Amino acid sequence: MSQDQTTSPAEERGVGGTVVEAADLALAADSRPAPTTSKRRIPVTMTGKLATGLVIVGVIALVGIVGPFLLHDPAAIDSIGLQPPGTPGTDGSPHLLGTTQTGQDVLTQLVHATRGSLTIGLVVGVLAMVLASLFGVVGAYIGGMTDEAFSLFTNVVLVIPGLPLVIVISSYVSQRSVWIVALVLVITSWAGAARVIRGVTLSVRNRDYVMASVVAGERTWRILAVEILPNLLPLLASQFIFAVIAAILGEAGLSFLGLGAVDSWTWGTMLYYAQNSMALLRQAWWWFIPPGLMLALFGAGLSLINFAIDETINPKLRSQTRSSRKAWNLTKEQASELKKDTL
Amino acid sequence: MAASVLLSKAVTMKSVARKLVFYVVALWAAISLNFFLPRLMPGSPVDMVLAKMGTRGQVLPEQRRAIEIMLGTSEDEPLWRQYIEYWAQLARGDFGLSVSKWPTPVSDIIAQTLPWTIGLVGLATVIAFTLGITLGTFAGWKRGSWLDSVIPFTTLLQSIPYFWLALILLFVFAVVLRIAPIAGGFSATGFQYGPQWSWAFIGSVVSHGILPAATIVLSSLGGWMLGMRNMMVSTLSEDYITTAKAKGLSPRRIRWVYAARNAVLPSISGFAISLGFVVAGSIVTEMVFSYPGIGYALYDAVTNNDYPLMQGIFLVITCAVLGANLIVDLLYSLIDPRTRARS
Repeated sequence: MSQDQTTSPAEERGVGGTVVEAADLALAADSRPAPTTSKRRIPVTMTGKLATGLVIVGVIALVGIVGPFLLHDPAAIDSIGLQPPGTPGTDGSPHLLGTTQTGQDVLTQLVHATRGSLTIGLVVGVLAMVLASLFGVVGAYIGGMTDEAFSLFTNVVLVIPGLPLVIVISSYVSQRSVWIVALVLVITSWAGAARVIRGVTLSVRNRDYVMASVVAGERTWRILAVEILPNLLPLLASQFIFAVIAAILGEAGLSFLGLGAVDSWTWGTMLYYAQNSMALLRQAWWWFIPPGLMLALFGAGLSLINFAIDETINPKLRSQTRSSRKAWNLTKEQASELKKDTL
Repeated sequence: MAASVLLSKAVTMKSVARKLVFYVVALWAAISLNFFLPRLMPGSPVDMVLAKMGTRGQVLPEQRRAIEIMLGTSEDEPLWRQYIEYWAQLARGDFGLSVSKWPTPVSDIIAQTLPWTIGLVGLATVIAFTLGITLGTFAGWKRGSWLDSVIPFTTLLQSIPYFWLALILLFVFAVVLRIAPIAGGFSATGFQYGPQWSWAFIGSVVSHGILPAATIVLSSLGGWMLGMRNMMVSTLSEDYITTAKAKGLSPRRIRWVYAARNAVLPSISGFAISLGFVVAGSIVTEMVFSYPGIGYALYDAVTNNDYPLMQGIFLVITCAVLGANLIVDLLYSLIDPRTRARS
């Protein structure tokens, strides 16, 4: 009984939340004058994670944008067949990443695939966010039956597993264009974001200043666009990044199963061709490692950016013990000493 | 006291009933989706299947009827009557006949393959969840420790698509090192007559299952770990944690009973979304390993345009995911007393 009471989080917290987290207490409660640790910096701070993420994503995006202009035909075949990296082709120029079974240049395919995958990711990400905001923000703001209906619909879409549904739909459509694949991916990928956005909108909607503008007679669209949306921007950004990752991975999975768009080059289709040509058993690692590596790197880069956004929204998440210790010029022993003192 | 217990029981029943209603709605939506999909798709899938069936030998009228109920009929039969018959047929557990393995009933194929997937995916998910939650608890407890700094790397693992990780594991352990089997759920040469109950067979199943299971665990571990770590960090700043520390409770008790118990809740309620990803991932994983599970059967159905089998498998996967979510949801109200009290 008493255990239940203590475990349930203090929902009615003391006004102002004066109790500071123990670890922070040790550092913050110290009365020494604060050295110039930029504790109050503007929104997104350039941490190592963010910089790494931006560089990775930037470089890959550049490959996708510029690459196809430099290396032209990804389907051009050569009589040399499957060759490891560095082998010169019949025209004398070396294939830096080797060739496929039919002598196609892997590097050329890779840059075209990069463009294809990024395009899908971007298109699906944007469309999924539009749907998610529509269902999340509007439902939560209007409330009542609309919210109930929107929320029920969102949750139903959420529990129906996405990839099997995408597989079923795509297998019925024999002539798949990139747009159909994108559409199918959008249908199955907006619900998770919508639920998160709804939750935050609900809490923002009930804040005093929003109430004040309602009372002041502001129009609904203005309240949504000016009062509520800016508070959701970091969240929308991180959800957008998730949507892009999910779309690129989803498309790759679909293409890998042979259900991707016809006549398109993406990382998934490269892996599909590699798998179908037994690249694995022929130990043609130069064929199936690069596309997967690009997928993983791009996903990791976006995740790192997302970390930075998350830490901006929720400062508690910053792994600050180490960095703030450095900032205060404390050794580990001193820090734990302080912690003991304050406790 | 007795009255309050009664009251809380009534509230529990109400919240359970609410959840059950949601899952009934979701199930109805999934089954209806399954009914309408083939009927809305271009190119009349049912004609294609019937034509294909004709080439496989004699088609009995009732077999033809079963397919028409599943996929739609070309004759002018009102939709609502088809819909009722469709439900009646499903209620009998009849999904029609597979075209590619004519004339095996779809339900037989599902019954054969489902245990493999449930064993593989279920076990791998339980391992990944337990491991991820435990590691996340420690990482959040000691923010900035070595375990905490490992987290970005697990995110990198998470951005690797399942099927590519599967390809790499297969390449390294089965092709290069030759210490793992290359395909299948058990040794096909050792057990030509199919599964049997013997230690040798179980050993064979285990050795074939390690790589697919490792793929799923490695890919999904990072997500659980990160989610738990972040919630742990937030929870540790709650007042009741400070109180618990002030009371002089042992750190172990605070970590597990006070912090972890509350921090794990979002991970559990986010199970729905994660399970969708795991199921999607396991489909492509099974394809890479030619694992005799339901994902591979789905892949097989898709490549052979076996629509009845595909529809049946989609339905079963959806129901399995819904069922798993229902169980987790009901457990949730057991773990979190607040959900009982609040509603």
